[in-house]
Order: sequence, then structure tokens, then C-alpha cells
Amino acid sequence: MSAGTEVTTTWVAVCPAEQIVPETGVCALVEGEQVAVFRLADGSVWALGNLDPFSGASVMARGIVGDRAGVPVVASPVYKQCFDLRTGACLDDPSVALPAHRTEVVEGVVLVAAQEGMAT
Amino acid sequence: MQSKQTVVVIGNGMVGQKLLDVLVEDGATDRWDVVAFGEERHLAYDRVNLSAYVAGASAAELNLAAPEVVGHPAVRMVVGDRVVAIDRDARTVTAESGQVVCYDALVLATGSTPFVPPVAGGDGPGCFVYRTLDDLDAIIAHAPDCGTGVVIGGGLLGLEAANALRQLGLETHVVEFAPRLMPVQVDDAGGSVLRSAIEAIGIGVHTAKVTTEVRRDGDRVTGLAFADGTDLVADLVVYSAGIRPRDDLARSCGLEVGERGGVVVDDACRTADPRVYAVGECASHQGRVYGLVAPGYSMARVVADRLTGGDATFTGADLSTKLKLLGVDVASFGDAHATTPGARILTWHDACPSDPSVATYKKLVVSGDGLRLLGGMLVGDASDYASLHQLHASGATLPAHPELLVLPSLAGASSPLPGAGAMDDGATVCTCNNVTKGAICAAITDCALTTVGEVRDATRAGSTCGSCTPLISGILDDELTRAGVAVDRSLCEHFPHTRQELFDIVRVRRVRTFAELVAGWGTGRGCAVCKPAVASMLATLWNEHVLDRDHASLQDTNDRFLANLQRDGTYSVVPRVPGGEITPERLIVLGEVARDYDLYTKVTGGQRIDLFGARLDQLPSIWRRLVDAGFESGHAYGKSLRTVKSCVGRSWCRYGVQDSTSLAIALEERYRGLRSPHKLKLAVSGCSRECAEAQGKDVGVIATEAGWNLYVGGNGGMKPQHAVLLATDLDTATLVRYIDRFLMFYVRTADRLERTATWLNKLDGGLEHLRRVVVDDSLGLAAELEAAMDHHVDTYRCEWAATLDDPAKLAMFTPFVNEPEAVEVDLAYVRERGQRRPASAEERAASEVAVTVTAGVGGR
Repeated sequence: MSAGTEVTTTWVAVCPAEQIVPETGVCALVEGEQVAVFRLADGSVWALGNLDPFSGASVMARGIVGDRAGVPVVASPVYKQCFDLRTGACLDDPSVALPAHRTEVVEGVVLVAAQEGMAT
Repeated sequence: MQSKQTVVVIGNGMVGQKLLDVLVEDGATDRWDVVAFGEERHLAYDRVNLSAYVAGASAAELNLAAPEVVGHPAVRMVVGDRVVAIDRDARTVTAESGQVVCYDALVLATGSTPFVPPVAGGDGPGCFVYRTLDDLDAIIAHAPDCGTGVVIGGGLLGLEAANALRQLGLETHVVEFAPRLMPVQVDDAGGSVLRSAIEAIGIGVHTAKVTTEVRRDGDRVTGLAFADGTDLVADLVVYSAGIRPRDDLARSCGLEVGERGGVVVDDACRTADPRVYAVGECASHQGRVYGLVAPGYSMARVVADRLTGGDATFTGADLSTKLKLLGVDVASFGDAHATTPGARILTWHDACPSDPSVATYKKLVVSGDGLRLLGGMLVGDASDYASLHQLHASGATLPAHPELLVLPSLAGASSPLPGAGAMDDGATVCTCNNVTKGAICAAITDCALTTVGEVRDATRAGSTCGSCTPLISGILDDELTRAGVAVDRSLCEHFPHTRQELFDIVRVRRVRTFAELVAGWGTGRGCAVCKPAVASMLATLWNEHVLDRDHASLQDTNDRFLANLQRDGTYSVVPRVPGGEITPERLIVLGEVARDYDLYTKVTGGQRIDLFGARLDQLPSIWRRLVDAGFESGHAYGKSLRTVKSCVGRSWCRYGVQDSTSLAIALEERYRGLRSPHKLKLAVSGCSRECAEAQGKDVGVIATEAGWNLYVGGNGGMKPQHAVLLATDLDTATLVRYIDRFLMFYVRTADRLERTATWLNKLDGGLEHLRRVVVDDSLGLAAELEAAMDHHVDTYRCEWAATLDDPAKLAMFTPFVNEPEAVEVDLAYVRERGQRRPASAEERAASEVAVTVTAGVGGR
């Protein structure tokens, strides 16, 4: 995507925030893509691609949520690599990252932005 | 194949037993049948800790004869029978009972007898020696009539005996011929510190006293008279004035004995007769008889090696000692008495008149040029012993101001002693077993060892006197740090506690949720390490459903979805098949479910049937059918009890002696669902043919004619290990009680993800300690452990049945929160041998995928 291109963000309503057990994730289909949506105990909501790059399985939503030195993370349920919930960066392998999606909670409903171009 | 030869070992003391241990351990029993004679009615016991017996330890607790050694098929133990003759021509020994045993090799391990000085009135009622359990029983029986006990001999054994008399409630005195206590190990200044500390606990010390008479009134002892005209009131006398080698058997069969007694042996511990060896206190090596156990152990190892064709030698022993006598540290090493010409002596002497029990004396003997440590002596505080002893043994250059080495460390100052990292690889760390730093480092690296216990097992370093343990720990920390392994035993960054500590916190403070625990005892929000670990503890203790709202977020994916995650993100399903017994009807249900969902089907190593390839959304409907057919969750997903494997036992088998299947089912139903640090597997075999491979399990039960033998601590896994025998010939109720105690003790004290085998290897005191806890209830925990297990058993409920009854839990199995009817479609399979398996990346890329998952099946 080159600079200056008009971008219209598509927001997809996923579910009521209350439906996500705090400190866990759920998987949503956002324009056909699997997105892992996490809600933390403080009410914040984060969304990353659901495909675990290390195993090739679409399972990130099933990982354990926690923190590493204060950074909110999810650990892949397959081989346990940790990803920064805010950016998708893999803390165990800097060359790998998950796509990160913007989220908003509007009137108690979680909105996830469809992918706005490849994260780098 | 060469036929087996017989080695006869005469004597079952500490050294004789060590020889048997090494023979069994090193597999010498493939070549040798062993016949061991012990004249006492007890098997070998820990003579060094006899005073613990007076304090209430049972003979069983002092026992050194492990059942796997004395019960070994190649070992025959003869106890309570004394060998009275050796015929070296006929190569036979004859015992008091008349039995005659032929030998190809013979080992004398007859030990020594206490020396009783010739004193008027000195042998008769009220006078004792301090050597065997029977001696102690006699002292214990006599003590109640007495007010005052006197020990003649102020060496280390004498002080042990004084400790025993004190524990019996007697006013206690020690009488020593030399001008100070422990004259061999310490000098006058050290002796005076030792004396003050011992007097401070109420023991009378009388040095430079020659006893001339034990005064009597009829049969009763009334006191001692000394050569200097003084006397002492006494009702009971214990001699501990040295030892004399027991060499009478050797003498009577014509073997040479030393000037001071003891069978003469060479560096191979062999007598003049090449078939006859002698070890321990009955042996004289280069004119010297050793009265310590460590040299005896070295000799035993030499003989074991020689019997298997090795060429090990005994070239004398390091006489360094470190002891805690009557609560006082005493250590000496090297040239402690500074006999080397030109040696310099550095001492620190804190007499501490206000509290003699904390007085300390440290003495270092340094070469004239100040560069080498020649020896030393520590009384009162021997915490630097391991480092100083090592500094001496390595011959390393001393730091610039060696006097700093004897000063008490100042608060905040770092120790002037060089750390483990500064040692050369060639330096000997464990002098008892002759293990170098290099060997320890190699074992740590090659076998990925992370604990002192593992290093001890792998190298034997620290397995005898244990005084080098702090050094081993230092080397281990050093190596692990260098390898980038965190040595911190904290569970993770969120909890500065070990798993065991956290478990105790959860149990004692009755913590019910992770949030409560992290708020009170941790920091941050947790992680993939601590959350499942805490979830496991909560489940073990309170047995609430793992998917309850407070617990669901803690579970690793397997526990969270009550199934096993496979490589492509689908799950496998394993219902419980207790004991491996299954009816045809249920087998058909499994077949039908597998067929209807196109699940790959495999019989597991644990006698169950594993169904692979279920999507998240299919799990509830699959389990609905299984639960309806009477199946329960198999917990194949949890760190929990998996299976209890069994054979068909007496019900069908020609050889079975007990009903192993019924017991296996009962055990599986008792422990089903028990969360533990690592997965648990059990097995029950109906006879010693061991078709259920029980010795490879965490808990293995093998039927005997008389009941059940209980084995613990076995596992397969990455480092297979056989289970060890914990108890024999148990009735079923006792067996279950012992397993309850064992499992709960393990669950409470093991580290996260620590198997029972590793846990047992690391357990302080090892199998003996475990046996005391489980069988003798030495910690007084048995009732609590059993109650904890009863609570688990009473609160068990099938996790899948409970999940199917709860819409909130079922909602977790919806694959897409915003499109509940959609199913995962990016799954691809190929068929192999008539079943499907996940397509590899290459197969996907090459479009060879023959099967994609059927969307319709399992839709809800």
C-alpha cells in the first residue's frame, strides 16, 4: 500500500465484550479472515491474526493471555511463543509478527477493523 | 557363556553393604552370585547416626540395606549367622549354624570391635560399648535406673555416645585420656572451644584423666576413680576409647595381619591370597587401619571394580572430616596440626564468654611463602569448610591476604574465598568419590542437569559425606548461568516462589482463584507458565470444574477444551477405559463415533482408544454420544492421572496370582481426574511376569502370592527410569493407603512439570525418606494426605458430563464468535492406510489433498 492511498477502514461488530471471558480470547471471522480477539481484566480488547506462524494452525485465540515484563501477551497454544497483544510482534523471534487489528468497544460491542494492509 | 561365580562377603556393616550396593548398581551381578553374611539380626544400618536411634528413630529408619539390593535375585543374605571358619584350600566358609558356602572370591568386611581398656571392675553390669543397635538397646534398657552416665573416650564416637546418654535424660560426662577432646582432629585452642560449647549444653568434660577403676556396690556401678586421685560419680559407663580390627578369622586361616592388627591388603585391597579381599576397619593398608567410613567405602568400590575385571586402586584416604557433634561444627583437613616445616598458622578465636555455644575457632595452616593452604581446622562454624577444603585439595594459589580467609565475613562484604568458577577442571570436588570439577561440568552439559540431586546421581559427587554439596551447587549455578539457564527457582516472573511454596500458600491460606493468589503473593497478570500451574493446584485442592469462569482463562488449550490439541489445530478424544477393560457394546460405540466423524483411530500405549481429527465445534456432540454410552473423560489432556494399565491377571491368565484387572479398575476410578505436576500413569501386573510393565510407571503394582508389591517413581518419557520397590506383600487396603499418601506427597512437593522419577531423584534422603513418610508416617502427614485424597475422590465428577450440562461452558466450543454456524475450513487431509491424517505443507502446496473436512458432520 503506497502512501497517500485513501483507506476506508471497515469495522466489523464481533460480539458483546461481556461475552469474552476476561483474560481469554475468541475467534471471529472478519471479512473471511480468522481474527483472535482478546479481552483483558482491565476491559481492554486486542485483536491479532489467528494463524500461528510457527505451527500453521489457526489457534491463536486459544492461547493463554498474560504479561511478560508488563507487556500484554498471548502464548501460542502449540509451541508457546509469546506475541505482543498490542503490535502482534513475536517476543521470542523478532523476525515474526502476527497481523494486528485495531479494535474499539462501542456501547459494549467489540468492533474489529478489517485488515488495513500487511503489517510489517 | 561363562557360568556364574560366587563371591562371599563376610560382614554386613556399612562397608559390607556398600560393596553389595556397588556390585548390584554396576551390574557385577551378571557375573557374580553374591552371598553376604551378617552376624547381627539387623541388616546393615547407619552406625554413624546411632544416637538418632536413642532419639526415637526406628531401626528401619537407620537401615541402609535397600530392598532392591538385598532382594536382588543374585544376592543371598544370611543374617544372624556368624562365619566361624574359612578354608582357603577348599574355598569354603563355614557359619555358626553349620552351613558351608563355596566361594570363588571372598571379601572380609568384618569391621572392628570397640576397645575396652583394662580397668578394675570395668566389665560387668552397668558397663557398655557403643557399636551396635543391640548395644544401644542394652543401654536404653539400663538407663532408667540411672542418674549419671559417663562416656570414657572424647573422640567423635565418644561425643556421639554422650549425645545418646543426654537424650536418655542422664546427667552426662565425658572422660578423655588426652588433654583435650577430639585430640586427632583439633588442637588445644579448638579443643577448648569445643569443650566450652559442650559444657554449655550441660555435659561435664574431664580431660587428661586416666581411669583406674570402675567402683561398684555389688552389681551396681557407683563411680570412676582416676589416676590423679580424683573421682566421679556414675551409674552407667560407656566405653568409646577406640577400635580394634576384627581380624581373628583372617588370623585363623593363615592370612597376614598388621602390627596393629588388621588383615594386610595391597592397593587392590587384596590379601596375600588373590581370591581373598578385605575392606574397611578389618583391613590394614600400608600399616594403617582406618576408623572412618569413607575410606571403607572407597575400598568397597575398589573391590567391586576388581571383581569385574577393573584395575582400580586404593592409595590411602583423605582424612578430612566435617561433623556436627552435639550441635557443634567440627572440621579438619590436611595438615591441621601444622607439622610441615616452616608452615605459618593463621587463627581466629572468638571465645564469646557470654555465650560459649556460639564460640568459634578457625585455623589455617599456610605454606611458609604464604601461597598454599596446607590444612585447617574449624570449630563452632564450619560453613567455609567445603571451599577451604577445596582450596587445599586443588593446591591453588592463595589470595594476597590469606588471613582474610579466617575472618568472619562482614555484612555486605563478599567472601574472599574463590568461588566455584575459579577452580580448575582437574580439581577434585568430591574427595569421597574422587570426582573432579571437569567431570561435574561435563555431566551438567551432556545430560542437561539442573539440580544438585541430578548431579549427585549422575556423578556420585556429594553422595557420601555431602560436605562438598555447597561446591557442587556453586559449580552448577555457574554452569547454568553460563549456559543462559536461569537458576532462580521461582515459578516465573510473576511469582517469587517455587511451586511447592505456592502449593502450600494455596492450601494453607485456602486461596480459591488465580486473581487472589497473584494479588496477594505475586505480580503482573500471569503467563503460560504460572497460570496452568496454579490451575493445577486449585484443581488438586478444591476440585472445582476447570472451565468455571474464574478458572477457564488459566487452562492450557488441552484443559480448556478438554481434549488434546494436535498439530493442525484439531483435537483428539480419549475416553476413559479403566484398566483397559471394555465391553463389546462400548467398543462398537467408539467405532461408530469414529466412523461418523471420520476420526483417525489408534489404540494408545495406555490401553485406550484415541480418536483424532475432531474440530473444536465437534467436541461437544462427540462427547454427548460418548457420555450417553457410559464413557467418562479420560483426562488424556490434563497433567493428571492418565491410565492404569493392567494384564488379565488371575481371571484368565495361567500364571496370574491376583486379580490385577479389578485392582487396576479400582485404582483408576479412585484417582481419575487427579491434577498433578506431571501426567501420571499407573499399572498393575498379576504376576512377576509383569505384562503390564508396572515398573515403568509412576506407580506400579505387582501381585505376589502374599499380596501386592508397590513400586514408585518409574517413567518412560525422555529419560526412562525403572520404578523402585517401596513396600512388599501389602493387602489391598494398605496398598491403596500407601498410594494415596505417595501421590499426595508428590503432588504437594514436586516442581511444575516434574515427573515422579525426577522428583524422587531429587528428594532429600531419597527412597528411604520417602519410605519413612509413606510407610512409617515419619512426618505425621499420613492422615492429612489420605484426607486430601478422600476429598478428591468424593468430589470427582466427569468434566465432560459437567460441561455438556452447562450452556456457558459449551459456548466456549463455538469456533467463531460472530458466525456460530460456520466451521473451520482451512483444514486439509490426505488418506493413509484407509484413514485421514493432516496434509503436510508440501502436500497442501502440491494440491495433493484428497480429503477436506466434511462441513456437515457435527454441526449443532
